[in-house]
Amino acid sequence: MQSERNHEVWITGTGIVSCLGEGPQAHSERLAQAQPAADTAAFAPYVVHPLAPLALEKQIPKKGDQRQMEPWQRIGTYAAGLALESAGLKGHGELLEHTDMIVAAGGGERDLAVDQTILTGLRSTKAPAHYLNERLMQDLRPTLFLAQLSNLLAGNISIVHGVTGSSRTFMGEESSGVDALRIAMSRVAAGQSAVALVGGSQNAERNDMLMLYALGSFLLKDRYRPVWERSAQPGVAPGSLGAFVVIEAREHAVARGATPIARLSALRSARADRRDAGAITRSLAEMWQQLEPRYDAKHLAVISGATGVEPATGEERAFLSQHPDIAVRATGSHLGHGLEPQFVMNVAIAALAVGRGILFPPCDGSGMEQAMEGPLTQVAVTSVGHWRGEGLALVEAVH
Amino acid sequence: MAALRDKAGRPIVVVTGMGVVTSNGAGQSENWQQLMAGRSGIRTITRFPTEGLKTRVAGTVDFVKAEPFSAPELAERMAQLAIDDAIGQAAIGSRSRFPGPLFLAVGPIELEWPQRQEIADVSGANGAVTYDDLLRAADGGGFRRYHERFLFGSIADHLADTFGTQGSPISLSTACASGATAIQLGVEAIRRGDTDAALCVATDGSVNPESLIRFSLLSALSSSNDPPGEVAKPFSKNRDGFVIAEGAGALVLERLETAKARGASILGVIEGCGEMADSFHRTRSSPDGKPIIGCVSNAIADAGLTPDDIDYINAHGTGTPENDKMEFVGVAAVFGERVKAVPISSNKSMIGHTLSAAGAVEAIFTLLTLEHQRIPPTINYRVPDPAIPLDVVPNASRDARIVHALSNSFGFGGQNVSLVLAREPA
Repeated sequence: MQSERNHEVWITGTGIVSCLGEGPQAHSERLAQAQPAADTAAFAPYVVHPLAPLALEKQIPKKGDQRQMEPWQRIGTYAAGLALESAGLKGHGELLEHTDMIVAAGGGERDLAVDQTILTGLRSTKAPAHYLNERLMQDLRPTLFLAQLSNLLAGNISIVHGVTGSSRTFMGEESSGVDALRIAMSRVAAGQSAVALVGGSQNAERNDMLMLYALGSFLLKDRYRPVWERSAQPGVAPGSLGAFVVIEAREHAVARGATPIARLSALRSARADRRDAGAITRSLAEMWQQLEPRYDAKHLAVISGATGVEPATGEERAFLSQHPDIAVRATGSHLGHGLEPQFVMNVAIAALAVGRGILFPPCDGSGMEQAMEGPLTQVAVTSVGHWRGEGLALVEAVH
Repeated sequence: MAALRDKAGRPIVVVTGMGVVTSNGAGQSENWQQLMAGRSGIRTITRFPTEGLKTRVAGTVDFVKAEPFSAPELAERMAQLAIDDAIGQAAIGSRSRFPGPLFLAVGPIELEWPQRQEIADVSGANGAVTYDDLLRAADGGGFRRYHERFLFGSIADHLADTFGTQGSPISLSTACASGATAIQLGVEAIRRGDTDAALCVATDGSVNPESLIRFSLLSALSSSNDPPGEVAKPFSKNRDGFVIAEGAGALVLERLETAKARGASILGVIEGCGEMADSFHRTRSSPDGKPIIGCVSNAIADAGLTPDDIDYINAHGTGTPENDKMEFVGVAAVFGERVKAVPISSNKSMIGHTLSAAGAVEAIFTLLTLEHQRIPPTINYRVPDPAIPLDVVPNASRDARIVHALSNSFGFGGQNVSLVLAREPA
């Protein structure tokens, strides 16, 4: 049973920051240039897409607030501010008091120096447990905990921007972003919510996060390549990014004079049993079929959240190859993979693309991405998590 | 015949199965006996050495086996036990196919010290250990199991596999309100008509040195330590912090109509959910109490009731000086003069603060309170705080007539969720 039946859901705001810059203009220009900003040196041998510099004070004016956050929270709070501004909600206390929020988050940065000191000390101490207790008591900054808690991005958004209608944080890598938007959309469509801020952020430029993915041998090494060209040496190139959208019931938007960027027409999430080869391909095909009656194939493109990890990307490729006439673009080639917020980032980019009626050019030498003629009115946004979870959204132009 | 929809015309959401694990034991009856006897599950920590720490007590769940030990491993095992009981009681679907989605409240997850040390050991670093050494060792392929174990989604993913829940399982955190949020998400999904049933679970197994120290550094924990069973003293004048604890709670929620149609026993009703975020401070509540007042009022209004209808409050009641005062300010504003006559008790006086699990564990205890028409006490209440003139059901359980009960959950990051629960559909 689905609940996208009562209220039409509009996307009325986007807030995006990545290695490509900040906002719609920068992203459109840089995506059009198809010149990815990947860094192969800073975290060698790993390839990382570093965040473009932000003028933090524009969205987080109090230095005290900035100091209370670690980078992932600053990126997210900044992007959330952009989205609220874009939707015309920023500073409107009464609207923000009934704005709902679902954030997709991982965990925050550790104090790497403290970890290194303790690990070094543990090698020589005769009383390791005592040493660990003593060092942690002395070395951990009390406020660092608050920068690490998953729900404290939402907490900071409440504090800095005044969003207080509701506050929920979903976790669980790529799926958390898909399901955050799915639940928020279902609530708006069913009349349980009128307007919602949804998104998240990632700081990829941190060794503790890279280590978690290195443990699973998931990281792209040595040389940057577009996601479709990684099958021989698969891997994800993490990207620092922040992405939020404001979604809203059409009636609510009209009543306050807000204009839509795009319509969020449908959204599905799934969890294929990946022990079976081909399960991801089948999972995508099943969701695709459910949305198919809505497609206008001549004006439809796919914006993919492909990670470059196998078998996820290979199976997505197999699915997309069943629809050779539909143009495909993977944003991961441009701005890296942002895990939790990647899907919302791609929905935002899709909304901006259908708003302009133009798809950005290919960035791929494998033949997967083909030029698209014709005006763009629909984008199907895919998500295939690096280890679990699939998602599909349909974003359409509002005429 | 009772109505199948509430006053707002929405499907009534009922509970048909419950499972609970705390430091006081596993299962409803074991836990209820302990609560009625006013027994504490708080013990001196033996899981790891506590020398040099200010706090040396916790409500650990040591009787659940979790190997190799880690917070997510223990959280997963406790959740399995709780879900097994809940699904068994509800007798819904089959043990391997639950006919609805999973909403799972979990604590933050990250690589822990034993694993970090294990990786450092194989890195072969001479002298100082750096993250470059760790990365090199991590990337060798020898620790693949740790990638999945320390992903945020892995507990939910494994539970979805074990119990065959439908669709993409949702892992969530609203800090110490997480358990209540899991229930709220289930209620909303059923009210929307997305599903007839939902499995709402909350679990937390994070008593380890770093978690303990993090809370300790924020001055959130009691440091009185001795005797352990008397450390947690919510609403007392000498309260000095909460006691960190572990546990899990699982509830099977169902649409009343389908529950009745299949002949299920109705254990209680989730009549209303309320929420309001606080934009005041990262760890402190707004001094005017507005978000707590709004949250409680929203829950009561969502249930189609007025404050006069509430017969009992299951408090968030952590035992920190700040929380208990602000909870009083909030409920006093909502209930007015009547606040002194409404019994309010804190389960945390006996089981400690089960963090992400608390909202679900305490919702289950509230439903048991409704079932037995008997209120669990706030134990260790020896020095009343004149600034909090409430009937906290001091030290001994007692009978009461309760039709509607409120359960509060508040958390860091301005999270506030309240639930209104009843025994029978109105």
